[in-house]
Amino acid sequence: MKKAEQALSRATLQKSPTGIQGFDEITAGGLPAGRPTLVCGSAGCGKTLFGIEFLVRGATLYNEPGVFMSFEETNDELIKNVASLGFDLEDLIKHKKIALDHVHIERSEIEETGEYDLEGLFIRLGYAIDSIGAKRVVLDTIESLFAGLPNQLILRAELRRLFRWLKEKEVTAIITGERGEETLTRQGLEEYVSDCVIMLDHRVTEQTSTRRLRVIKYRGSLHGTNEYPFLIDETGFSVLPVTSLGLEHKVSNERISSGITELDKMLEGKGYYRGSTVLVSGTAGVGKTSLAAHFAEAACKRGERVLYFCFEESPSQLMRNMRSIGINLEPWVHKGLLQFHATRPTFYGLEMHLAVTHKAVNAYKPEIVIMDPINTFILGDTENEVKSMLMRIVDFLKGNQITALFTSLTSSESALESSDVGISSLIDTWLLLRDIELNGERNRGMYVLKSRGMANSNQIREFILTDTGVKLREVYAGANGVLTGSARIAQEAHENAGLLRQKQDIERKRRELERKRKVMEARVAALHAEFKSQESEALKNLEAEQEIIRLQKRNKMEMAANRKSVTEKRKTKKHTKP
Amino acid sequence: MNPMNDKSEVKTKRKKPPKAEANRWVLRLYVAGQSPKALTAFANLKKICEEQLEGKYSIEVIDLLINPQLGNEDQILALPTLVRKLPVPVRKIIGDLSDTERVLVGLDLFHVD
Repeated sequence: MKKAEQALSRATLQKSPTGIQGFDEITAGGLPAGRPTLVCGSAGCGKTLFGIEFLVRGATLYNEPGVFMSFEETNDELIKNVASLGFDLEDLIKHKKIALDHVHIERSEIEETGEYDLEGLFIRLGYAIDSIGAKRVVLDTIESLFAGLPNQLILRAELRRLFRWLKEKEVTAIITGERGEETLTRQGLEEYVSDCVIMLDHRVTEQTSTRRLRVIKYRGSLHGTNEYPFLIDETGFSVLPVTSLGLEHKVSNERISSGITELDKMLEGKGYYRGSTVLVSGTAGVGKTSLAAHFAEAACKRGERVLYFCFEESPSQLMRNMRSIGINLEPWVHKGLLQFHATRPTFYGLEMHLAVTHKAVNAYKPEIVIMDPINTFILGDTENEVKSMLMRIVDFLKGNQITALFTSLTSSESALESSDVGISSLIDTWLLLRDIELNGERNRGMYVLKSRGMANSNQIREFILTDTGVKLREVYAGANGVLTGSARIAQEAHENAGLLRQKQDIERKRRELERKRKVMEARVAALHAEFKSQESEALKNLEAEQEIIRLQKRNKMEMAANRKSVTEKRKTKKHTKP
Repeated sequence: MNPMNDKSEVKTKRKKPPKAEANRWVLRLYVAGQSPKALTAFANLKKICEEQLEGKYSIEVIDLLINPQLGNEDQILALPTLVRKLPVPVRKIIGDLSDTERVLVGLDLFHVD
C-alpha cells in the first residue's frame, strides 16, 4: 500500500512554482514543470508581465534562471517597462539569472524561396538556454511569427516541433498568445500546447475595468476553475483566490468594546471578539456611520490603530458630522491613531480597491479596519465580484487578526436580512439597524441579528442619536406591538392615564361603598330610632293599659271588698246567730 | 563531397577580389550543419551568383551549429537564410533558394536579365 502511494506521488506531475501571489494556490503548486504552458488573452491583459514575473521570481526565489524571448518589445523597452513593477532586469541579466532575446522579423525584408525550417530559432533559443543554464523560458508572443513568415504550413509544423523540443529540453515554458475571435488564440496555438492553458482577461463593465485569470486546462493536476480577479501593482502580479487562504485563521477570545455601553450589554456585556468581522446594515440614515465612529473612538481611546475607509464622505465631512453627536475624531487623527482613506468606489476597479486595501493595511498595520459602506462597490461591478472581493478582504483581515467593521446600506425594498453583497455568511456579528415608521414619525431600532460565539440579546432596542452619542433604549413591547419614539411615549402616557383612571375608579367605588355603608347605617339608626320611639310608645301604652288593668283590678277589688264587707257582715250575722 | 566543406573553416569565400566597392556584393548564408537544405541552398546561390554577379560578390557561410551566437546579429530564425549585407538595404531570403526567380527578386537582381 505504501509502495503504491509512493509510486503514485512519484508519478504525479512535478510543478514549477511561479512565485506569483495566489497563482500557485489555484494551481496547487504552479505550472507543470518541464512543459509548455499557454497564456492567452487580449491586448493589455498582462500576459507579458505574467511571463516576466514567472522568470524574475524563478530567478530570485527558486534559483531557476530563465530566458525571455520577445517577439514584440525590444530588450530596452522591456527593461524599462518592468522597472515600474520593481523588477531590476539589468541586474539579473548581469548575474546571468535572466537572458533577454529580442527576435525581430520584418516581413518586407524577407523573401521566401523554397524549403526552409526554423532551426535558426531553435539554435538561438538553445544557445540562450545553455548560456545561463535556464530552467524557464518565456516566448512572448510567438504568434508574431505568423505575421513575419508567409508559409503557414512550415510554420505550424515548426511550432509543433518547437514545443516538443522545449519538452525535451525540460524547461518550463510560457508561450503567450493573443486572443482570437473564436479560438483561445488567434493562430490556434492551443492545438500545440495542450498541457496547461491560462486565460487572462481584462473586461470593462460599467466603465470600470477588472482583470481576471482563469485556468482553462491543466493536464494531470487539480486546479481552481473559477475566474479569479487579479491585480497588477508596483509589486507585480497578484491573484488572490478565496481558497488560497483557507479557513485557518487564529481566533482570539479577547473582547473589545463597541464604544456603546448598551450595545456591549447586548453582547454579553463585553462587546465584539477581537479579529471578528462586524456588519452594520440598515437603510439610509439609520446611524450606521455613527456606530462605526463610536467603535473607532473607543478603539483610539484604548490606544489601538484604526484605519477608516470611507467611500461616500470626505474625512472632514465625516468628522464634522460626528462632532454633532459628540464624537470628536480629529485629535485621534493628529495623534496618528486614526487614518482615513477616502476614495470613490468608482474611482478604480475592484482589483485596485483590493490592492489599495492590502497596501494601506500592510503599511499602517491597524488593529481595526472600518469600511463605510461596502455596498457602494456594486455601482461599478457585479455582485459576485464584489462578494468575492469582500471575501478576500475579510479573509485577509482575519488572517491578520484585524477586527473589521463594515457598514452596508440596504435598500428599503429588499429584505433587511439579505445584505446586498451577500457576505452575511462571512460575518461574525451582524447588527441590524432599521427604521420603524409609525404615526407619521420615523424612529430607529436596532438588534443583533447574529453574533457568533456569544449569547447575544434578542431584544430590539430603540436607537437614539443624542448630542452625547448613540443611546439605546428599551422599546415599548406590549400587546399593540413594538412602539418607538413619541408613539412609545404616547403609549406610556396612555398606560399611565389608564392606570390613574383605574386607581380613581377603585377610589370611587370605595367611596361609594362607604357612602352606602353610611346610608345603611343611617337607615339602621333611623329604624332604630323609630323602633325606639315606637317601642317607648308601645311601652307607654302597655304601661297605660297595665295601669288601667291595675286600676280596674283595684276598682274591682275595692268593689269586691265593698261587697264582701256586706256579705261578711251578712255571714257574721249568720255565724253569730247560730 | 560538397563545396561548403572545405570552406566552412574560412567561412568566407571570395571568387575574385572586388573591382569596385560600390559594386561589391556581400552575401551571407546562414545554415545549420550540412543539412540537405543547406547544401541545396549553397549550390543554388553559387549558381545564381556566377550567372549574375560574376567577379563582384563574396559569400560568407555561417554555420549556427558551430557559432550559434552569430545568428542574433541578423535576426535569423529560418534556415537557410541568405542575407544581402551589401549593397544596402539589407535583404533576407529564406529557403533553399530553389526558386531562382524569387531569389533574383529578393536580391533585387531581376532587372539584370
